[in-house]
Amino acid sequence: MKTFLQKSYRWVDDRVQLDNLVHFMGKKYVPVHRHSIWYYFGGVSLFLFIIQVVTGIMLLLYYKSGEDAAFESIQYLMSKVEFGWLIRSVHSWAANLFILAAMIHMFSVFFEKAYRRPREITWVTGMLMFFLALGFGFSGYLLPWNELAFFATKVGTDIAGVVPVVGKPLLVFLRGGEEVTGATLSRFFGFHVAVFPGIFTVLLGIHLVLVQRQGISEPLGISHEHGKELKTMPFFPNFLLRDLLLWLLVLNIIAILAVFFPWELGKKADAFASAPAGIKPEWYFMFMFQTLKYIPAKVIFIDGEILGIMFFGVAGLLWLIVPFWDKASARGKQNRLLNYIGLFVVFYIILFTIIGWLA
Amino acid sequence: MNNNALSQPERSKRDFLKILFSGGLIALVGSVLYPIFAYLKPPKQSEVEVSSVKVGKLKDIENESGQIIKFGSKPVILIRTTQGDLRAFSATCTHLDCTVQYRKDMGMIWCACHNGKYDLTGRNVSGPPPRPLTEFRVVVQGEDVFVSKTS
Repeated sequence: MKTFLQKSYRWVDDRVQLDNLVHFMGKKYVPVHRHSIWYYFGGVSLFLFIIQVVTGIMLLLYYKSGEDAAFESIQYLMSKVEFGWLIRSVHSWAANLFILAAMIHMFSVFFEKAYRRPREITWVTGMLMFFLALGFGFSGYLLPWNELAFFATKVGTDIAGVVPVVGKPLLVFLRGGEEVTGATLSRFFGFHVAVFPGIFTVLLGIHLVLVQRQGISEPLGISHEHGKELKTMPFFPNFLLRDLLLWLLVLNIIAILAVFFPWELGKKADAFASAPAGIKPEWYFMFMFQTLKYIPAKVIFIDGEILGIMFFGVAGLLWLIVPFWDKASARGKQNRLLNYIGLFVVFYIILFTIIGWLA
Repeated sequence: MNNNALSQPERSKRDFLKILFSGGLIALVGSVLYPIFAYLKPPKQSEVEVSSVKVGKLKDIENESGQIIKFGSKPVILIRTTQGDLRAFSATCTHLDCTVQYRKDMGMIWCACHNGKYDLTGRNVSGPPPRPLTEFRVVVQGEDVFVSKTS
């Protein structure tokens, strides 16, 4: 066995110079300091994405798109297919945990200022992946074609329609017409299983290659820049094993959630039924949704809705390009103001999510 | 690893841990793979067992014609010869599962996929088909024509 493995390795090495790569990976290290815990969340996000790809492909084997077939195919999957309930519940739960892990990863990078020069591209690709993740969530939510999904899509696309100038065409593009119909379902299905995964994979590739090329970021003030001795840990095998242990833990959490709280299917969508009482958006849209409720209908002469959407649009854009306007961190100085802004954003999101849930 | 320095109990502890760890790993892989493979297996579709199908009225079926009829989930070809005899065969080509058709110009049952030919008794006479077509029974009751399995 050993000689066979050695022979195989030699065979490949002769052709693609594996040794360079192995040598490179052997030198890879992870800084050890008070904040090292945050290094794990990128890997957790990656693991959850892998779970989504695997379970997503499995769901594709039974899912039928179209307003006459979608709901029934999920019903069949949940009731007749062996472990169908498990695969679907894992996909739904992992989706939520993925957004959560990506959020934690994003905020930790934000507070550590790990986006500073030379890692601007890593930050931007990460942010684009986060926006895509929200798109994944929004489009995937409709696919079972149930009541909740139907109204969530109506409301969500309607909000997009409020955007000045491009709103109306955008709404028609998203819905595949004036209304949410089977055309919308086909469209969202296409986005969810082809368009988004394709783009996401490219971004993820860039993101991960950059992490390898540039090494893992060291926090301001602890880094070499200040001439201090930096404690490190080899990535292989020390950090990797810790990573895998956490992945195993996450897999178990998902299994527990999926088994004890299998995802509901609810009622089939009916375009002529009233919206059910207590309908809420998914938790990661809640804070925006809740904010829109609080803005008065008219602010001076602008529509409240428009103002809210523009506000989130501008905030999102500023957040996306933070490496380019945070000059202090780029020079290796602490930027207190940004920490306060970040803390405000975190507390705002938590507070409004809770308010939304309790409302 | 310096094996000489290892005392006996320590080695057995190491062996025990190895068994525990690899056993746990096998259990994990098994518990992940089992649901996946069970899921991939399509559930049994309960098919209605069809034993006889009503085709239609005898007067509506012309001489020298062939038509495909639904026999449960399988296609069956019903032929009416020049003499007015009714015959039915499985319409699934014995070569590679294409559906055959009646060719008036040849007076034969023909498969378009690989040019297989059967005569009007279902025998494979030319081309790749290895076996004759399975015959079905045709019963005429008054006006109505029925096709049923020969058993």
